[in-house]
Amino acid sequence: MNLTTNYLGINLRTPLVPSASPLTEKIDNVKRMEDAGAAAIVFHSLFEEQVRRDRHDLQYYLDQGKESYAESLTYFPEHADFKVGPEAYLEHIAQAKAAVAIPIIGSLNGTTFGGWTKYAREIEQAGADALELNIYSIPSDPEQSAEDIESHYLTILASIKAQVKIPVAVKLSPFFTNFAQFARRADRHGANALVLFNRFYQPDIELETLEISPNVLLSTPMAMRLPMRWIAMLYGRIGANLAATSGIHRATDALKMLMAGADVTMLCSILLRRGIEHLKVIEREMSEWMEEHEYESVQQLKGSMSQKNCPDPSAFERAQYMRALQSYPERGPA
Amino acid sequence: MRNTCTAKNNPWVPRAPDAVDHLVVTMPANYQTLDANEAVARIAYALSEVIAIYPITPASPMGEWSDGWSANKAKNLWGTVPAVIEMQSEGGAAGAIHGALQTGALSCTYTASQGLLLMIPNMYKIAGELTPTVFHVAARSLAAQALSIFGDHSDVMAARATGWAMLCSASVQEAQDMALIAHSATLEARIPFLHFFDGFRTSHEISKIDIVSEDVLRAMIDEDRVIEHRARALSPDHPVIRGTAQNPDVYFQARETVNPFYLRCPEIVQSAMDNFAALTGRQYKLFEYHGAPEAERVIVMMGSGCEAAHETIDWLNARGEKVGLLKVRLYRPFATRLFLEALPASTRAIAVLDRTKEPGASGEPLYLDCVSALFEQGRRELRAVGGRYGLSSKEFTPAMVKAIYDNLTLPAPKNHFTIGIEDDVSHTSLPFDSNFSIEPDDVMRAQFFGLGADGTVGANKESIKIIGENTENFAQGYFVYDSKKAGAITISHLRFGPRPIRSTYLITQANFIGCHQPLFLESYSVLNDLVPGGTFLLNSPYAYDRVWEHLPENVQHRLIETHAKFFVINAHKVAQESGMGNRINTVMQTCFFAISGVLPPEEAIAAIKDSIRKTYAKKGEEIVRKNLAAVDQTLAHLYEVQIPDAVTARISHNGHHFKGAPDFVRDVLGEITAGRGSSLPVSALPNDGTFPTGTTKYEKRNLAAEVPVWDPKVCIQCGKCVFVCPHSVIRSKVYEEALLANAPASFQSYGARLPEWKGSKYTLQVAVEDCTGCGICVDVCPARNKSEARLKAINMRPQAPLRESESANWDFFLSIPDYDRKRLTNGSVREMQVNQPLFEFSGACAGCGETPYIKLLTQLFGDRLLIANATGCSSIYGGNLPTTPYTKDAQGRGPAWANSLFEDNAEFGLGFRVSLDKQQQFAGELLHRLSPQVGRMLATEILNARQRDEADIFEQRERVAELKRKLEALPDPYARRLLALADTLVRKSVWIVGGDGWGYDIGYGGLDHVLASGRNVKVLLLDTEVYSNTGGQCSKSTPRGAVAKFASGGKRAPKKDLGLMAMSYGTIYVASVAMGAKDEHTLKAFLEAEAYDGPALIIAYSHCIAHGINMTTAMQNQKAAVNSAQWLLYRYNPERARHGENPLQLDSPAPRIAVADYFKLENRFMMLNKTDPRSAKELLGRAQTDVNSRRAFYDFLATRNLIPAPHDELNDKLSRD
Repeated sequence: MNLTTNYLGINLRTPLVPSASPLTEKIDNVKRMEDAGAAAIVFHSLFEEQVRRDRHDLQYYLDQGKESYAESLTYFPEHADFKVGPEAYLEHIAQAKAAVAIPIIGSLNGTTFGGWTKYAREIEQAGADALELNIYSIPSDPEQSAEDIESHYLTILASIKAQVKIPVAVKLSPFFTNFAQFARRADRHGANALVLFNRFYQPDIELETLEISPNVLLSTPMAMRLPMRWIAMLYGRIGANLAATSGIHRATDALKMLMAGADVTMLCSILLRRGIEHLKVIEREMSEWMEEHEYESVQQLKGSMSQKNCPDPSAFERAQYMRALQSYPERGPA
Repeated sequence: MRNTCTAKNNPWVPRAPDAVDHLVVTMPANYQTLDANEAVARIAYALSEVIAIYPITPASPMGEWSDGWSANKAKNLWGTVPAVIEMQSEGGAAGAIHGALQTGALSCTYTASQGLLLMIPNMYKIAGELTPTVFHVAARSLAAQALSIFGDHSDVMAARATGWAMLCSASVQEAQDMALIAHSATLEARIPFLHFFDGFRTSHEISKIDIVSEDVLRAMIDEDRVIEHRARALSPDHPVIRGTAQNPDVYFQARETVNPFYLRCPEIVQSAMDNFAALTGRQYKLFEYHGAPEAERVIVMMGSGCEAAHETIDWLNARGEKVGLLKVRLYRPFATRLFLEALPASTRAIAVLDRTKEPGASGEPLYLDCVSALFEQGRRELRAVGGRYGLSSKEFTPAMVKAIYDNLTLPAPKNHFTIGIEDDVSHTSLPFDSNFSIEPDDVMRAQFFGLGADGTVGANKESIKIIGENTENFAQGYFVYDSKKAGAITISHLRFGPRPIRSTYLITQANFIGCHQPLFLESYSVLNDLVPGGTFLLNSPYAYDRVWEHLPENVQHRLIETHAKFFVINAHKVAQESGMGNRINTVMQTCFFAISGVLPPEEAIAAIKDSIRKTYAKKGEEIVRKNLAAVDQTLAHLYEVQIPDAVTARISHNGHHFKGAPDFVRDVLGEITAGRGSSLPVSALPNDGTFPTGTTKYEKRNLAAEVPVWDPKVCIQCGKCVFVCPHSVIRSKVYEEALLANAPASFQSYGARLPEWKGSKYTLQVAVEDCTGCGICVDVCPARNKSEARLKAINMRPQAPLRESESANWDFFLSIPDYDRKRLTNGSVREMQVNQPLFEFSGACAGCGETPYIKLLTQLFGDRLLIANATGCSSIYGGNLPTTPYTKDAQGRGPAWANSLFEDNAEFGLGFRVSLDKQQQFAGELLHRLSPQVGRMLATEILNARQRDEADIFEQRERVAELKRKLEALPDPYARRLLALADTLVRKSVWIVGGDGWGYDIGYGGLDHVLASGRNVKVLLLDTEVYSNTGGQCSKSTPRGAVAKFASGGKRAPKKDLGLMAMSYGTIYVASVAMGAKDEHTLKAFLEAEAYDGPALIIAYSHCIAHGINMTTAMQNQKAAVNSAQWLLYRYNPERARHGENPLQLDSPAPRIAVADYFKLENRFMMLNKTDPRSAKELLGRAQTDVNSRRAFYDFLATRNLIPAPHDELNDKLSRD
């Protein structure tokens, strides 16, 4: 079975790519991913916010209580040099590159211009084959217009593109007034791929302690519906590659995404839940399904169910589809 | 303090222009601005192979530099990285050096004060074996009537009989130079050298000095002598034996064999000095005369005072006087002939000054040496007087120098005088004119008043470097700190001038005064030292056109009187807007350069910016950017204020009130608090070091911008806030409603919720004037407001609007009687927290992790408590003048507290116990004898009293009171003896308190012995896992992977399991607690330890500012430490074994988080990721393994089936005796 695909100008053995997750923090896991058949790996993100906070923390804690009492004028040895930038992340990328043969896609997560372009270049220099930009913010300023937000994103993208030679994917949230328009603008600003969609941290309320607990829920297969719709609608309408992420748990999920038009399918929750080796299962089942259904290659099925190519193009656009609603059994008050 | 040394940048190599800290270098490249500790450590490091270190103020930085350089792989002169090893005490360091020397390494160490005393036994040996080495000593006072960390020569004088050569430096430049001369001469002379310089005044003074080059080092060290040293080493390849025992037949003769070496030594030192002069142009003499060639009056002295005397002599001689100074550099061996030759022939009288005191001696050491020299050399016509000066860094000024010369003009000059104090007891002191000043016009003198940790000192250190390295000026910086760790004032004294600065005393004539905290204007005489026409810079929240009306009356008056130039800036605003938060240092530094004129403004700004880039680049570009933004913003917000003609103030100078304090407290401690302690006469002070307790309450420091405010409706009255409050400022009381009759209107109360207290009222009251605002109470409060969950039962609110009403409420709260302790029975946190703490308002850091344990101790057992306290943080916040936190209850009872030393605390406390037990036993014997007279019933009751709980003790006190009444009426001599001992019949609780530096390291041997003794002593070990008080050096308690000073590459060895070691005896109650993880467990452990009839050890996890944590949420760090099993909670109670139960109860939950998750919360662990990620990863892995295996081992110990132990009669006997 020919599972090959092309993403960001790189030929991949299969469309199965582990997406950014804490799993890549260990080189051992990176090797396991390769062994389990990952076609490429998106690294965990270098968080701009984290780098900044680490610097402030270091400065704060080194200064705390200093030069106050004659016996304890300082509390820490002062070093000649601190690695307060992305050194550890970059070294980790370099180590991963040395450890595996598959492509490594670096991931950069932030919202401001500070440090971004520099870090992108450093990730490239560390050996990453491509870069995924994770523009991650919840717009909460009531004075800020949609246009402001979008052009801010695009400026970031353009400035990164100007700095690096490796392909750049942009991981986005679905929360745009007109996502299709933004996708096209991102495409025109040089995005080599769009990764759909980002899932934000989802704060929860702890009832016992009355505290907000920031955490991420692992995705369920339901989560794939939204990206699948948008991939289907964008397929063939923009030049950038499309990467599907969120809710891909089974081979059939991946197949659906590919049929919608994804060039690659990215997996995270399922690997966290079932283990890295589960990649093998998905790949095997994907092959089996395709064999069973007499498909020859991924290339063949890619986009086959996109809006452009599917039997009922309007289905992707209907906001309220009467049949879908009616299909719910009516329930009385509980 | 910056460490600019890296592997590429050896400490002794002058920094090349591109590595110099600041851009423009107009002076020769070998000028640098640094303090003596750094200057000396550079030399010692370059010339050593083995360096043993142990922290002690003020010498610790020398060890810290050495450790840092070694961790950075900086090489010594011979291209190898010296081995730097931290020892468990100075005694250990001296022993290790002795061994290293015996086996042929070039070795040295650094120390001071008590540390030097601990080295003395080895020093005799090292000298007796004619072994070359140098010990560098930042000379410091010895603990006598009190400890002092400040400078004098008491320590080195105590070592003068050891047979070491003693070489003294008077300035930072000399400290560097003499360090080299000492290392050079010792190899030649084979006599070990003690090189000393004044603690703080020299060790911590920042000065612009000429750095010696590598070439000079090479030229000063004779390689042949190094080879000879190696050849003498012990080796099985050419074995010899040393350290034999000798008998009366030969010991004496053998002791005399060394004389030729001592006779030759002065010449060797002079030759090294001459060699040094040829290399550097700086000529030193063993006895160096300075002054008029035909002087009749000469001062003889050594140390930093020489510098003040030197400049005074120049001033006096320029005005026609003929006086001189003989600086003693080589004190031992004392070269009698050279001493006399160095004195001008015209000399008729000398005053020999000693910076030490030998009570009962016929004179202080240097004086006696000089007198004997005069006598021996037949110069009896020369009049010699001796005097003491400068003990514990007491100021030594030109005015005093002048007074000493004036004394020598008298026909019968005062001998054995003191100078610098008013001795109205023995009348030893010479009067001096405190207004006499010789400060030259061309020296810029600036004072800066800052708040501890606000960056003022750091910015000033940078300013000195900027000026020192960008201009022709010489520069000097000296910094004065407060006696409290939290909210303390710092005063920086900076001088800049065209000549090397010899003014080794504080500035009293300032051209420039910067006040970085506006509140100081109300409580300190900030403008006292401003010269007419001087400049005053104030950071104020008020605009330039409104600031005047907000100045206190005395400040307005002083500004008008001095025709000052007055500048104001809202530095906090500028800092906030530039993203600097509360760090106003860069803003104020920029203002100083902008208005002082010490550099052209543009050059100054460029230099500041360059300095910022150099200083902060390694910490990230944001930090640099924010600081640069602050510089740019500053000038736009700096205003000159036109001073009106008249005082219009509505605010008066606050001073320190000490409202309601007893006379002694107000007149003595109050004066010290107000910064006028130096003016107190001798008679004001106790002659035996005894002070009243309970004095912090008078200080009312008003440190907190925000204080906790109680919301009674939300409060569940759990007592957790009271439990954790490090400063005892949150208190709870339960009382009858009727007592509220006279309560102030804003006084809050609520129905008591505990069933036992039903019907009573409950109040949680905050002492807002004593609060440090740490916020720990709010963090631990578990109760949230149901409608507005961001609020809790206590919430931080601005202090100022509450000050008046809440102080009235506090006073009222104190007037409510305490709850009857006899009625507290259930041993829960919420109940126990109504007990009055007898430890309050200490000067510990805001949010301190140790003090809540001490407070708990006093709440539980304070009225019968004796504390033996090891030197360390707990002895500083516990017993540093002016005011002390241990206090008394309504009956006048409270903890009796004493500190002996660092190393002997367990033994000291054991002494308490043995003594009390003996007296109690004797009292019992007397009572038995007197029982017919006092009543058999009473005697029997007293002798058989159980005294287990509060009620028992209360009853015993009643009985003893009755006994005393009866005894007073008895004429019997036995009755008189018993009366003096009767109180010992009431059980006393002896607690030995100290930190991990004491318990794990320096005092471990004693602690082990005391615990093993079986005696009824309790040990509270406040485990911060680091030497907190001396500034964060590694101890054996430091966990693997933590970065600490002396372990700047991360601690590689695991933490010592002290509890396990103690448990192995099987007879010691051992508990490991962390109140932030489980407060009830902590409380239970304290109660059980006290109840256990034998020795007990509580190891209490104490978070610390040296962990690099958020102090407000520090209790969460404790919780994380426990949840990761990095810290285990357990109790080992031998009583249980007697009942066939497993004595060990593991009270920790199963690990819930990984060690890595705990490490992430603390900079001490995270820092290694920033400096050496590879080691960080490796050590984290090993730390997790440590935790796993330790937890498994404790699980095994706590669950194994025990064969019931046979009744341990011997131990029973021991604990009874």
